[in-house]
Amino acid sequence: MTVPVFLFYFFAALAVLSALGVVANVRNTVAAAMSLVITMVSLAVIYLLLEAHLVAAIQIMVYAGAIVVLFLFVVMLLNLRSDDFPPARQRLSKLAGALLGVFALAEFLRRSGSLPAAPPLPEGFGGYRTLGIALYTDYILLVEMASLLLTAAIVGALILAKRKID
Amino acid sequence: MIPLDHVIGLSAILFTIGVVGVVTRRNVIVILMSIELMLNAVNLAFVGGNRLWPTGPAGVSYDGQVFVLMVITVAAAEVAVGLGIVISMFRNRDSVNIDDVSLLKW
Repeated sequence: MTVPVFLFYFFAALAVLSALGVVANVRNTVAAAMSLVITMVSLAVIYLLLEAHLVAAIQIMVYAGAIVVLFLFVVMLLNLRSDDFPPARQRLSKLAGALLGVFALAEFLRRSGSLPAAPPLPEGFGGYRTLGIALYTDYILLVEMASLLLTAAIVGALILAKRKID
Repeated sequence: MIPLDHVIGLSAILFTIGVVGVVTRRNVIVILMSIELMLNAVNLAFVGGNRLWPTGPAGVSYDGQVFVLMVITVAAAEVAVGLGIVISMFRNRDSVNIDDVSLLKW
């Protein structure tokens, strides 16, 4: 087992464990948000191992840096006491979730090994320069649409945050 | 070389954990976090797919990674609006329990 493969399995296990920590942590929302940070960072490491360098950097900046901080900000702003936390739903939906998990795992094991090995990559694949050039030439319409979406989200968040909607 | 079917398998496991979180939890903030988990699982599948098929008809193709960037944009917008909704819900109902807001439920 080479070093990248070992790193992949290590961070995959870390991502799964911390994702379970997000979902299974019933008492403490701050701890759930911190588990979410660990998931995001280990996924960023896996992106690096998959030669997606720009995506890994943006994953850390946007997800671990902005989105989870926003979650933490709201959790601390609302100042929830632990008795404010509603209990999780009862047996039936947990059973459905377990069945779904078993199905996903079985399907994964059945299909395991059916994908071909990854081909060798051209020079600079997934780097800032090549991906940036692709973004601002072939995908320029997508970038414009993303800016429009973010503007709409800013306006929506501002309207929602107003105390009285008049 | 990283086995790509295991990347897809990790993506499936993370997505399942996210679905279970959305279905079983009642705290709105944790439900939003589980949605983030699901979006991340999809991102992982996209990056793995781009690693497996790095070339398109016109040379090197970045379709998967560009899609991931768009998903991250949508996730940022969704969290901004979603947490705004959570704050106004807490202001009006004094609760973050999803069962307390059932006005639109049949």
